[in-house]
Amino acid sequence: MIKDITIGQYFPGKSPVHRLDARLKILLTIAFIVMLFIADDIKGLCVGIGFTFITFLISRIPLKMMWKSIKPIFIIIIITALLNLFFVHTGTPYFEWKFIKITDKGVETAVFMVVRIICLIVGTSLLTYTTSPIDLTDAIERLLSPLKKIKVPVHELAMMMTIALRFIPTLLEETDKITCAQKARGADMETGSLFKRAKALIPILIPLFVSSFRHAEELALAMECRCYHGGEGRTRMKQLRFKLIDLWGTLYLTCFFAGVIVINHFCK
Amino acid sequence: MAIIKTEDLTYVYGENTPFRKVAVDNVNLEIESGEMVGLIGHTGSGKSTLIQHFNGLLKPNSGSVYIDGEKLWDDKAKLRPIRFKVGLVFQYPEYQLFEETCYKDIAFGPKNMGLDNAEIDRRIKEVAKMVGIGSDILDKSPFELSGGQKRRVAIAGVMAMEPQVLILDEPASGLDPKGRDQILGLIKEYHQQKKNTVILVSHSMEDIAKHTTKILVMNKAKLFCYDDTVKVFHRAAELEEMGLAVPQITRVFNRLRAMGIGFDDDVYTTKYAGELMLRLLSKRK
Repeated sequence: MIKDITIGQYFPGKSPVHRLDARLKILLTIAFIVMLFIADDIKGLCVGIGFTFITFLISRIPLKMMWKSIKPIFIIIIITALLNLFFVHTGTPYFEWKFIKITDKGVETAVFMVVRIICLIVGTSLLTYTTSPIDLTDAIERLLSPLKKIKVPVHELAMMMTIALRFIPTLLEETDKITCAQKARGADMETGSLFKRAKALIPILIPLFVSSFRHAEELALAMECRCYHGGEGRTRMKQLRFKLIDLWGTLYLTCFFAGVIVINHFCK
Repeated sequence: MAIIKTEDLTYVYGENTPFRKVAVDNVNLEIESGEMVGLIGHTGSGKSTLIQHFNGLLKPNSGSVYIDGEKLWDDKAKLRPIRFKVGLVFQYPEYQLFEETCYKDIAFGPKNMGLDNAEIDRRIKEVAKMVGIGSDILDKSPFELSGGQKRRVAIAGVMAMEPQVLILDEPASGLDPKGRDQILGLIKEYHQQKKNTVILVSHSMEDIAKHTTKILVMNKAKLFCYDDTVKVFHRAAELEEMGLAVPQITRVFNRLRAMGIGFDDDVYTTKYAGELMLRLLSKRK
């Protein structure tokens, strides 16, 4: 059943990674991405691998989640590897046949790119594993709030994101119910050509649309009843505050970052 | 022969996860053809899960379901015909309407059965009359109708498949008293006219007492009992223990009996209560 799909990959926990301020976590993640791209050889990248791995261990997220986050982009990783393998033609060739030419530089770039992408995905997915969606949107709102000066509706965007996240499970449940109801009327969704199966979705999609609009209307009314009028002058129940642990977190990443720069400059 | 039969039916939600929950536990049951069965039970007692097994929407974890002597899930291709035999009306069925006109929406089920247009038209006219929607409404979009009308169109959509068993999950919930009586009245009429089996899930003991001949009681995923309406309501104390009640009028008369104002019969409808009172009064005179 659709209900069994887990949406929102947040793993509640109390590890130091979980306790970091969400705003800082986003900034650190960006810094981490920059770090991965500054590292321009395997040695520098090893620091990145080390950082990813150690942070994962600290966060106490099950290690198999590492694999789960890579799985959806597995094909992209393979294509990247193959492209680099066949189209980097500098360096000494290992193998040459007609237009195919594999060089030592090509192999090196391929491995390098693959490792970099994997680190990138695993490291950044740690952000969503350890931060609840609500905290995340809150933090995004705060970080983007300077954009309010140039009339970007930051609060509204964040509120939309929060609401969207909130309604994913509700709509999934509803889809399930409507599917069952139409199946009970003999709707056939499992057999037939692709076109026929796409057409069989109409009896599910239309009621789903109608009920989303209904939900939206009801929610809007409920928000208005509680005097919601947009972001201006709104205070928060949960204030985000920087704590000592955030300092440690920053220091922790800075060490690795410095390591990468040192390696880049002195270990050529 | 029993139209619906289950053997050691067990269904578990979220098997192999921390959220594992047994929803239907070892249910053995035989429902004879032509009955009007009330299905009662506390919220979360497994009523809705149980009825979804009767037309093959859920696959039992263990045990089996027989419809009209035919075992479900032996051959997956045979499931669709079963769904035409056992019509299931979900809770709030009006949320499943999707066609441009009510006519087309009611036709959805019969069309899936592969009937020809003349037969479909005949059935739609018949059920429309039965549920009390006029031909002017048939041409309207279902989204323009009132809640009660929508509900009737949705129920008509299942009735039009002329199922041997009609199962309705709380068909009257969320309606005003008049709408309630109308819906339940038309279901009873349908039952009497067609002589088909009807299973009615409801939280209202008054409705159950008024309309059904037999009652099936679910308690904590288990089948508590399946018996004649009178006999089930006779076990008032047990029902109350599991968070259910007997009809208000039954409670009144049980108290009267406890006070020594004797009525030998169990009273479970106001109509019968009235008759008893009149008899008693005429005796006093």
